[in-house]
Amino acid sequence: MQQHSSLSKTAWLFMTPCLLVLFVVAAWPLLRTFMLSLTNARLEDITHAQWIGSANFRDLFVDAEWWGAVTNTLLFAAFSVPCEAILGLMIALVLHKTFKGRGLLRAAVLVPWAIPTIVSARMWGWMLHDVYGIINELLVRLGAIAAPLPWTASPTLSFVTIVLVDVWKTTPFMALLLLAGLQALPQDCFEAALVDGVSRKRIFFRITMPLLRPTLIIALIFRTLDALRVFDLVYILSSGDSNTETMSIYARRHFVDYANVGYGSAAAVCLFFVVALVTVFYINMGRRNILGDA
Amino acid sequence: MNSTALVLRRGLRRLAFYCFCVMIASLCLFPFYWAVVSSFKGGTEIFATDLIPRCLTWQNYFTIFQDTTFGYAFVNSVIVSFSTVSIALLVATLASFALARIPFRGRKRVLCAILSVTMFPQVAILSGMFELIRVLDLYNQRSALILSYMTMTVPFTTWTLTSFMREVPKELEEAAIIDGAGSFTILTKIFFPIVSPALVTTGLLAFIAAWNEFLFALTFTLTDKARTVPVAIAMLSGASQHELPWGNIMAASVLVTLPLVALVMIFQRRIISGLTAGAIKG
Repeated sequence: MQQHSSLSKTAWLFMTPCLLVLFVVAAWPLLRTFMLSLTNARLEDITHAQWIGSANFRDLFVDAEWWGAVTNTLLFAAFSVPCEAILGLMIALVLHKTFKGRGLLRAAVLVPWAIPTIVSARMWGWMLHDVYGIINELLVRLGAIAAPLPWTASPTLSFVTIVLVDVWKTTPFMALLLLAGLQALPQDCFEAALVDGVSRKRIFFRITMPLLRPTLIIALIFRTLDALRVFDLVYILSSGDSNTETMSIYARRHFVDYANVGYGSAAAVCLFFVVALVTVFYINMGRRNILGDA
Repeated sequence: MNSTALVLRRGLRRLAFYCFCVMIASLCLFPFYWAVVSSFKGGTEIFATDLIPRCLTWQNYFTIFQDTTFGYAFVNSVIVSFSTVSIALLVATLASFALARIPFRGRKRVLCAILSVTMFPQVAILSGMFELIRVLDLYNQRSALILSYMTMTVPFTTWTLTSFMREVPKELEEAAIIDGAGSFTILTKIFFPIVSPALVTTGLLAFIAAWNEFLFALTFTLTDKARTVPVAIAMLSGASQHELPWGNIMAASVLVTLPLVALVMIFQRRIISGLTAGAIKG
């Protein structure tokens, strides 16, 4: 018993630096953001602010631009995440086979993941340039479109572009998670099914998919949370366009550009709750999978 | 007759499979290829859309280094990323050893708390962090970025290292305990050598995260003194919003991405194991 309590003391001692850092850089700033959202703090002098209760939230909830940002963010997540899951699954299935050049393909798939989001936004911005972009040029030459499209300028098209670039950038992550899931599946089920002469299609839908479900759910939720806080991509690809503005961008715009810390914090708090809701849902749904037999 | 048809069918299937692979690879690589090609085109050549360029020039690369902005940003990125990774790994190694190896009450709760920090949106701490940075007088300094990057790297590295440390067989530890070794000795003498590959993997992932970070870098810096490369690239602009210096932007983009692409090629397997360790085995 005595040894046990000394062990647990050691454990807490080992964790102290980590917990201290997390308190200073995560818990405290988060708490302050919550408090600031109830004040009229300005960027020039944050500490001397007056308590104004829920006024920021009341203003926020009647702002059409805010609801536009909420809609954009939710639509973005709703379109990009399923696309990434389907394409990611396809790539994972390919990489799960053994063939010549598999290592090369896997390395190629990792490249979009490693490229900084800012850079990929710039690269695609250039490729999708309405006058000089290679994509318009190729599509026109192939006869797919009659005239060059304004990929990043038109309201609906720029939304499509943002989803497209996000899919390009994050499908690899999805594919690699799903590949790891596929590789961890017990082989005997598949062998038994093959011996019994079950068709490939049936094996996929009746064995692979149900077994892969836990991994798929984890990957989906990781990506959903990432998609809900999207910032860089939209900031570069369509800066200042209210048609594509997301919740993160809205919050930062009010916080930095309009120096309205209180109001910006209120928007950030709302985003936090949206993400927290999804997270709680996730932790409850996948508790066994995440924490294992810890 | 029947068997030739079968061979033909199998051959076709294989061909289709390889075509699909080539398609995936080119979709993944083409944007980077096009950035490289564009970065070597000077003057009006950049507006040409030939897939293979006719004449190449280093002009764009010279231009971005003529101005000190980009050089500064590169140095800042290197310093910030390396410092972030070193601090995060140090803190995370200690914590993850306790979380993976020492049974104590409240372990699950700590793990949950750490996981939830990795999930919350960066914007949610933006104003609180800004205030903290102002109070500590770190605004527009590299240390402001190192501090704020702890928010994402410390929980992530702790989580990933914990799942790696769990895989170390118990026997090694038990032998050491019988010999009377303390927890700290066990960590430094036994665990450290075993998990050092995992440390490299986790460090790499944290490095990439810090190198690519944008929101904090954009908000907590003001001048070239502390700006990192992603911000410098975002700020590169021409005479007007509609006349971006694409050649320079592509040259800068290629330079920031090259180290990452090299890391990915060299450490491919490790990166994949690190990415999936935290999510699946954890």
